[in-house]
Amino acid sequence: MPIKIKNLSSIYSAGTSFEVRALDGISLDIGEGEFIGIIGPTGSGKSTLVQHFNGLIRPTQGEVLVDGRDLADKTTDLRAVRQRVGLIFQYPEHQLFEETVFADVAFGPKNQGVSVAELRERVHEALALVGLDPDAIVDRSPFELSGGQMRRVAIAGVLAMRPTVLVLDEPTAGLDPKGRDELLAQLKELHSKSGMTVILVSHSMEDIARVATRLIVLAGGQVIADGTPRAVFAQAKMLTEVGLGVPQVTELMLALRERGYNVPDVALTVEEACAIILGLSLRGEQQ
Amino acid sequence: MSAIIRMEGVYFSYSSEADSNPQQTQALQGVSLSIEPGEFVAIVGRNGSGKSTLAKQINAILTPTSGEVWVDGISTKDEDSVFAIRQVAGMVFQNPDNQIVATIVEEDVAFGPENLGVQPSEIRQRVDEALQLVRMSEYALHPPHLLSGGQKQRVAIAGVLAMHPKILILDESTAMLDPIGRKEVMETALRLNRERGMTVVLITHHMDEAVLAERVIVLDRGRVVLDGSNREVFKQVGRLRELGLDVPQVTSLAELLCEQGLSLPSDILTVAEMVEQLCQSK
Amino acid sequence: MSILKNVTIGQYYPGDSVVHRLDPRTKLGLSFAFIVVLFIVKGFLPYAWLAALVLLVAQIASVPLKVMLRGLKPLTFIIALTFLLHIFTTRGGVVLWQLGFLRIDSNGLAQGAFLSFRLILLVVATSLLTLTTSPIALTDGLERILSPGAKLGLPAHELAMMMTIALRFIPTLIDEADKIMRAQLARGADFETGGLIKRAKNLLPLLVPLFVSAFRRADELAMAMEARAYRGGKHRTRLKVLKYTSSDFWAFCLSGLAFGVAYYLGRWA
Repeated sequence: MPIKIKNLSSIYSAGTSFEVRALDGISLDIGEGEFIGIIGPTGSGKSTLVQHFNGLIRPTQGEVLVDGRDLADKTTDLRAVRQRVGLIFQYPEHQLFEETVFADVAFGPKNQGVSVAELRERVHEALALVGLDPDAIVDRSPFELSGGQMRRVAIAGVLAMRPTVLVLDEPTAGLDPKGRDELLAQLKELHSKSGMTVILVSHSMEDIARVATRLIVLAGGQVIADGTPRAVFAQAKMLTEVGLGVPQVTELMLALRERGYNVPDVALTVEEACAIILGLSLRGEQQ
Repeated sequence: MSAIIRMEGVYFSYSSEADSNPQQTQALQGVSLSIEPGEFVAIVGRNGSGKSTLAKQINAILTPTSGEVWVDGISTKDEDSVFAIRQVAGMVFQNPDNQIVATIVEEDVAFGPENLGVQPSEIRQRVDEALQLVRMSEYALHPPHLLSGGQKQRVAIAGVLAMHPKILILDESTAMLDPIGRKEVMETALRLNRERGMTVVLITHHMDEAVLAERVIVLDRGRVVLDGSNREVFKQVGRLRELGLDVPQVTSLAELLCEQGLSLPSDILTVAEMVEQLCQSK
Repeated sequence: MSILKNVTIGQYYPGDSVVHRLDPRTKLGLSFAFIVVLFIVKGFLPYAWLAALVLLVAQIASVPLKVMLRGLKPLTFIIALTFLLHIFTTRGGVVLWQLGFLRIDSNGLAQGAFLSFRLILLVVATSLLTLTTSPIALTDGLERILSPGAKLGLPAHELAMMMTIALRFIPTLIDEADKIMRAQLARGADFETGGLIKRAKNLLPLLVPLFVSAFRRADELAMAMEARAYRGGKHRTRLKVLKYTSSDFWAFCLSGLAFGVAYYLGRWA
């Protein structure tokens, strides 16, 4: 069990009149090889939550166990944890700093103590994983690349550490539809090929529905839903109340149900919605 | 000349003339279009299609390497009129932080009128009015860094409104916002267009925003490839996909259903429309 | 929450007191005068008088004492150092304590106390200035004071604009530095161990992206300012025009009086 969270609370300015409970009594189990989407409105605590996974934030109350190791324990080697749980923040291209792509991607593994001999292999492997041609790019300065390429290099920088859990905070932020599709497809492929546990934090319901097999919904620092996308989107009313939406096709199903059609609560993709509606036509159903 | 924005044969290149391969580096290649006062136009296209470059031609941040742009009858080539043009055409940029200059909201909204040399008492009026229009009056004395992205962008819009422009250009102003922020900005833009007749030019790659515009212009590699009402443009699902763009799920659904033999119009843009059409066709 | 958020820089303590409403030029001028007087007069009596003056102004401005003293926290080391330096080195008067070659004379004690006190008053008075005057008002005030120099080529407006923008972006850059630091920590960066040189080198992953980002911001901000018709200080008007009122007149008169008293107390004692 890669990550186990028990009754986690994260409190700022405790005891003062400014006290903020960014997380309030959260318990979660994240299993090996899962592809999880964490959604929630701004301020729901998603960013705070994922920073507990690699020890960047220590719990105020409760327990965070990564591979059985308690992160609150002072003897736990946090650098080792940060190798196992790779965290990629929003707009990761803003963290690039080295003179060459090679040096930047090698930064993570170097900090882990990977030998110089192995570094080349790691860097090339990571760059290939994000769809870049290693030979064409390793000697270039990261600052002369396009925005999309820079983002991939930044992601490669974390992949080069060979994490078992990969956490990405809004990886598609600022990308155009094509860029977004490509990145999500790449993440899906990465997940199926490597068996890595992938955790995606996002606002976009439609993105998440496409790739995640389990959704965790956060609001006000608490988990308000946890299940398959289908199960979670079925609670559309509750999601709308907290300021989240559902994919348009799910909205459509709900609207049709209100009109008296006997359709399922949820459709996740356009193709599914198409099949459902055609099914209706053939049966000539109303009511 | 009733058009408020007119472009004729606009070419633009970021690099110098001496480039050996002019075709490659031209960000805009022969763009011609005209926008009437009071229109709400969305300009869409994938990254690199030239939409931001096009937007910057309107307020004379960039000027064409050949061709011409007229804003409210003034040519952007006229160097002496650049500031007059920027008073008429105000722009809100992508990064909410990197356009706020002052340490207090109302001081930032005052920045534009101050630059125009407006009298202090009138600046006061304009600032109050602009903040009201974007519904941020209660934040007038707040420091900007504590505001949400959507709030910052609304302050930026107020900063433009205080200059009394006729055109509001939103250059990917929602790209860095969360869904709530995007909603706030879009609602503000639509309201200004509807209630005050403001010409709005919306540069975006979010199709759910573009569908709200009455007119959509699609750019690809520096050229206008589609220009029509939102319905006309979005029903061309296949073409848009080729151009690296998206359509609302219901529009894509309508296309699929049509292919499967259902008789539905192909220009369905919202859930409500889809529901209506499905109910009717029974 | 930010790892770096504990940095406070000349925070403005909002309020609506007479002091808050004084023209920033008055406050700047009087703060400067206070500092000059502080260095001219000597003796505990005048210093006690000046301290009482500062406390009185703080009271009128409704600024709590602990907020004022906050500004001293980062300087406790320097103040302590000043104190220790002088008590151990200044000779004269009665020997109060001796251990080996360490010796404290009464003059040393007096000098140490006096100089530390001066430092404290300096910081507290300047804090009072920044606590009761918003950054924008300060830069406006400075700009007005320096503007006659514009005719001689001094870029008063540009300097004021630079200061305003710098102040505006400090919290934003702190946030950004925090984000970058976290991202690099997540990649196993180490900002804590090692000697001075190693630690400086380890800061590159933080400093390079921060600088690159700052330049990018500057570029975008410049474009945004031009888009709002900015073209330097010429013909620019202001939302808030600084105007002296009777309060400023009284502030000048009463302060002048108080400084005069301090001076004579110094001569007299």
